[in-house]
Amino acid sequence: MSGSHDKDLQSASARLLKQSHSRWYEWLFWAVALSLFVIFGDFIPGVPTRLMLLTEIVTLALLALSIDLVLGFAGIVTLGQGAYFGLGAYVAALLAKGGAGTFPMSDPVIGLLIAGLVTGVFGFVTSFLVLRGSDLTRLMVTLGVALILSELANQMRWLTGGADGLNGVMPSAVLGIWEFDLWGRVAYLYSLAVLFICFWLSRRIVNSPFGLSLKAIKNNPLRARAIGVPVNARLVAIYTIAAALAGIAGALLAQTTQSASPDMIAFHRSADGLLILVFGGAGYLYGGLIGAAAFRVMQDVIGNITLQYWQFWLGAVLVALVIFVRNGIIGMMVAGWARLRKGDGQ
Amino acid sequence: MRNRILSGLAAGAFALAAVPALAQEVVKVGLILPMTGQQASTGRQLEAGAKAFLAQRGNMVAGKRVEIVVKDDQGVADISKRLAQELVVNDKVAFLGGFGLTPIAMAVGPVATQAKVPAIIMTAATSAVVPQSPFFVRAGRTMPQMTFPIADWAAKNGIKSAVTLVSDYAPGIDAEKFFKQRFEEAGGKVLDSLRAPLASPEFSPFLQKAKDLKPDALFLFVPSGQGATLMKQVIDRDFAGSKIRVIATGDVTDDDLLNDMGDSVLGMITSHDYSADHNSPENKAFVEIFRKVNNNMRPNMMAVAAFDGMELIFRSLEATKGDTNGQKLVDAMRGLKWMSPRGPMEIDAQTREAIPPMYIRKVERKNGELYNVEFQDAGSIKDPTHTHTK
Repeated sequence: MSGSHDKDLQSASARLLKQSHSRWYEWLFWAVALSLFVIFGDFIPGVPTRLMLLTEIVTLALLALSIDLVLGFAGIVTLGQGAYFGLGAYVAALLAKGGAGTFPMSDPVIGLLIAGLVTGVFGFVTSFLVLRGSDLTRLMVTLGVALILSELANQMRWLTGGADGLNGVMPSAVLGIWEFDLWGRVAYLYSLAVLFICFWLSRRIVNSPFGLSLKAIKNNPLRARAIGVPVNARLVAIYTIAAALAGIAGALLAQTTQSASPDMIAFHRSADGLLILVFGGAGYLYGGLIGAAAFRVMQDVIGNITLQYWQFWLGAVLVALVIFVRNGIIGMMVAGWARLRKGDGQ
Repeated sequence: MRNRILSGLAAGAFALAAVPALAQEVVKVGLILPMTGQQASTGRQLEAGAKAFLAQRGNMVAGKRVEIVVKDDQGVADISKRLAQELVVNDKVAFLGGFGLTPIAMAVGPVATQAKVPAIIMTAATSAVVPQSPFFVRAGRTMPQMTFPIADWAAKNGIKSAVTLVSDYAPGIDAEKFFKQRFEEAGGKVLDSLRAPLASPEFSPFLQKAKDLKPDALFLFVPSGQGATLMKQVIDRDFAGSKIRVIATGDVTDDDLLNDMGDSVLGMITSHDYSADHNSPENKAFVEIFRKVNNNMRPNMMAVAAFDGMELIFRSLEATKGDTNGQKLVDAMRGLKWMSPRGPMEIDAQTREAIPPMYIRKVERKNGELYNVEFQDAGSIKDPTHTHTK
């Protein structure tokens, strides 16, 4: 009895260990992300600078990553991640504004950490609401929290600037060395570094015994509880972590665009994040990252072709993707890869 | 399927790498406009106004060809900022322009300053915008410029008490503040100041409250585009029946929407610098060419601001003989005077604010269509926030 238990434990830990090894294509992914800096950073004559767009993609990717943690791994349906995103944005913007471009208040890294901490605490508090009820209730509760927060941002004019947003947001140089520049070079490298660290943390989390227990909860909460998984505590933990990540994403956006406005906390941030995740593929970690890139690049390309009607075409692509492909872009790639391997074998 | 993905990726890569125009003799103007989202009608009018200008004037000035690059910011400030940076760095624009809302102009300000590129404010009407960057020049108008004339008119026409209802954002609060200030200076009394949320406009509770207070007049301001929604709810409450006059800035009876509001707005008094009905040869020519190049659309105050913004750009280029140094261009715009479709226009040499002519107008039916018919010239007013401080 105990022998087979040990064996199970061993095979489980071996599996986790195997999963936590990084693959060649992961290195490739991050190498590509880094090389984009050289390609689109105005170093090559004739190639336009797109680092601001890429920075925006990075912040969106981090938001989608945080949604992936709660939705893709723990199975919590949420429409409220935009609330934490917006809260993080306002915290970072207020700090940068308050410090007027001087250390330590305006320091971007400190701002990022404080924003993550504040949203983490807020996420922890609100997570208890999310524990209640079924998927539909969760959808409503998360949406409700987001709406309350966005209305607060709108009403607390003395603090948030109301509908006009905050201006004069001046984050100081990153690590006291690199000033944010017009080309978005510092902004891109800085956000990419933050995304990488957050991603690495998330990857460690989902490939740990803790992450495994989340998957068990997602598949069947009742059974998970029966085998002794502390379901509520686990959900609270992952929800809190995800909220902090979303807050960091928002803080990044506020710092790199040097502004905060109510639409950073508006409903469409949550919806966009969810859309991007579904687009890229939920439950893979990379889904949000690839989804964000595909979504924004497509929006940019279609927007350049048809200024007023890009939303129509983007919608059409999304509908097609959902109908014809399972699990978004990554799902498509995984299926394609499997078919290719099968072809090799024959 | 895989082919499709590949071609999709290729298309994406191409778009990212689109080669910027290299021609030296082209001067680019980057317009950042809300072409989708809530403010889409504003963006459409602005783009159409700029197009009408090029159609009338041609695109050559001081030996250079002027080209317009339009970008959609969806009315979202962080996107506007990113687009401004890209327009400056990639497209090497010599001018920025547009900006649907105050926060958008505020977000773009640092980019204009850092890049030393003149940015023409066409829409955002908060007085606080222009001082944010030494490269901001206003082609539109400010809230106090619009509200003073109607407050004066109200005080002189037997209105003793008023209630104000505005959208809860900077221009709305400006409108409320300046109406109250001017109206009370003239001996009137503002009974209450109500603010409706900007994002989800639902006016009925506010309108009911205003009606219960029984003022002589209800003063309204909402951003252009929300006027139709507001007026529908105003009409439903039957203010005329309770002897309450409804007065507003011209944003509410926006030319773009006025014709669809129906006869119940007939007789409504507003103040503004532009009506498509303005009787001058400049305006007749403007309306004609505007309708011709834009599917018979009727121009509104946004269109004329874009038209005048382009005028500013052309005149400044003329003055610098085609030199695109940002500081020189801004200096050339200071103190400029010209005949606009709205009447005599001027740029304040000190503050870079527009000084447009103001009129009191009444909604009337003309040739089967509803128009704001001007019946009183309220003269040109400098933005009082600056004259007060300086």
